[in-house]
Amino acid sequence: MKKAAIISELQREILLLQGFKPANSLVVDKGLGPLKAAFPNASFPLGAVHEFISTDAESMAATSGFMSGLLSILMGKDGILIWISTSRKLFPPALRSFGLFPDRIIFIDAQREKDVIWAMDEALKCGVLTAVVGEIKEIDFTVSRRLQLAVEQSKVTGFILRHNPRALNTTACVSRWRIRPIPSEAIDDLPGIGLPQWKVELLRIRNGQPGIWSIKWMDGKFVSGREWSERSLENTGSAIQKKAG
Amino acid sequence: MQRRYVSIWFPHLITDWFSNRQPYLRDLPFVICAPSHGRMMITAANQAVMKNGITRGMVLADARAILPSLEVLDDKPGLPDKLLLRIAEWCIRFTPGAAADPPDGLLLDVTGCSHLWGGDHRYVEEIGRKLRERGYSIRIAIADTIGAAWAVARFGNSSPVVKTAQHVEALLDLPPEALRLEEPTVERLHKLGLDRISKFIHIPRATLRRRFGNHFLMRLDTACGHETEVLHFVQPIVPYYERLPCLEPIATATGIAIALERLLNALCARLQQDQKGLRTAVFSGYRSDGKVEKLQIETNSPTYSVKHLFRLFENKLPSIEPALGIELFVLEAPKVEDHFPVQEKLWETSGNLDDIRLAELIDRLSVKLGPQTIHRYLPDEHYWPERSYKPAGSLQELTTATWKDDGQRPLQLLPVPERIEVTAPIPDYPPMLFRFHDKVHKVIRADGPERIEQEWWLQQGQHRDYYRVEDEAGNRYWLFRSGHYSDKAHQWFIHGFFP
Repeated sequence: MKKAAIISELQREILLLQGFKPANSLVVDKGLGPLKAAFPNASFPLGAVHEFISTDAESMAATSGFMSGLLSILMGKDGILIWISTSRKLFPPALRSFGLFPDRIIFIDAQREKDVIWAMDEALKCGVLTAVVGEIKEIDFTVSRRLQLAVEQSKVTGFILRHNPRALNTTACVSRWRIRPIPSEAIDDLPGIGLPQWKVELLRIRNGQPGIWSIKWMDGKFVSGREWSERSLENTGSAIQKKAG
Repeated sequence: MQRRYVSIWFPHLITDWFSNRQPYLRDLPFVICAPSHGRMMITAANQAVMKNGITRGMVLADARAILPSLEVLDDKPGLPDKLLLRIAEWCIRFTPGAAADPPDGLLLDVTGCSHLWGGDHRYVEEIGRKLRERGYSIRIAIADTIGAAWAVARFGNSSPVVKTAQHVEALLDLPPEALRLEEPTVERLHKLGLDRISKFIHIPRATLRRRFGNHFLMRLDTACGHETEVLHFVQPIVPYYERLPCLEPIATATGIAIALERLLNALCARLQQDQKGLRTAVFSGYRSDGKVEKLQIETNSPTYSVKHLFRLFENKLPSIEPALGIELFVLEAPKVEDHFPVQEKLWETSGNLDDIRLAELIDRLSVKLGPQTIHRYLPDEHYWPERSYKPAGSLQELTTATWKDDGQRPLQLLPVPERIEVTAPIPDYPPMLFRFHDKVHKVIRADGPERIEQEWWLQQGQHRDYYRVEDEAGNRYWLFRSGHYSDKAHQWFIHGFFP
């Protein structure tokens, strides 16, 4: 028992040396619900770049929904967000239902992917912002390393949304997520569509514990959803766990 | 400071220009003609012709009778104005305030300029010499008022320099034409024997007004300096303007960057002193081959930060082509606004839309990517989804409308709704099946319809009945039917994706 305490204390110190400080506000971690346990020190890594993968329009919507929820927890009432993309389909008014204030978001619609990366690099260096989202399809290790370096100075959190990437190459990002929509639960057995619900896969997290969750967005928080045990899901899940292991 | 004006008169502006272009004309008698009422009228004549008593306004046939060897050239309409404008721009080397004075003169506001050339005499001589070198015959005068300078340039016999406060004395001996009066007034003055300004300058004003009108008095007053006259300069004077002449032409990128930094330092120091910030800045380089290279930047909020402005220019600097070298760098700020320094905060918190660092970031992005790529949105009071938000004009703008957070709108919206095929057997019920991108989706759950009508005052067309549907895999879509179910022409579309 004592030994375990010493080890966890040492682990925490190593994380500090590696630049993973616990988030300074507990509010951030409160909203994370079941996801919290996966992160190092049980707190969401701020001042880092996170990578999200989506494959089709449906999962793109789910990913941006999950991301908006995460961002709204990070931003609170008075954060500023920059959203950079080349072909933006995001519908600003809908962000409000994920707790974001769309008028506190600045959208940059660049022409080329190269410009998105440049703009993201510039924006990540600006300490006023809470977070920067970049819709980048292909990113190589060098670029992701550059973004990571920018972030370490300014403590801004970066999100990269990769829609339909050619290959899942190695990046310097702190985590890699994949989110898919799953059937929603009826609220109090009422007909119609329930709360947004996703299968959240945390494929990789530095110094943390990857995992798969069924998550729904309720009252401005992530909450554990109903166990979604379809066979196909289990299959992909075990495959991923094998890879991660 | 005592104001000083220079008036330059080109008695043979047009003919001088023609003989400059075709030097063989210089000694020949020639006139410029234009057709008028079916005959050729002389519009300008050179010095050699004038000696023979031929003046402008004569008919060409009469002039030919006096001087059979007369050369005739065609007039170019609008030439005098163009020439004067060009010469006025060239005169900016002597004073920033140069104005054309059609039909055949220039007026320069030279207040505080002549001492740079070592006094009025040398200044006027230098201007005269430079213009004569270019082939123009001119008469020039400098005086305290525009009217006096104009009169002495055209009718004065003595020195071209009218000393400070002696302009009225200089006018006394001149004929009334020197006052820029209308033709009938001049004629009447001569008829009355008032052929010198000294003869009527002391007549009571009431008498003069009754006989010659207000215009006459106004001209007299401006010439005497009782009333001020306004010049329309060819190049408006920008109050925030810095120039850096170079001893040798600069052709390297480093050199240009150094020049820019020096100019920015000088300009920003002035702006800071006056508590102003610039919104637009233009950096121009005058090349040795006569071309001008220009860079313009705009900022989202007034600023006088050298570092920030330099970074904005830095991205564009490579687009300057120095060719053989740049001789003169000019930095001007055509648009400035009040900018009061803000107190530096003890510790900086994030999340303020009027934070200077955010404005600087946006400036950098807009310089590189173009201002049209940057958007911020505000809610708008429309139900029609495409119109439910509008672009904001600035980073700080707010509206009274609020964002709706009912979760009824999709997070991803297609820019243009796409056609889908559906199976919808029951009127006004959501579809059972739909096919999108060659994939059949079976609808398990659905909400709707939510009918959104066209705003007829904005656009004509069918209403939309929106359904939120979820298929068996859990994907959520936003579909709509355009038009009534009972209409034969109704169509189904997919418009967005819910998370």
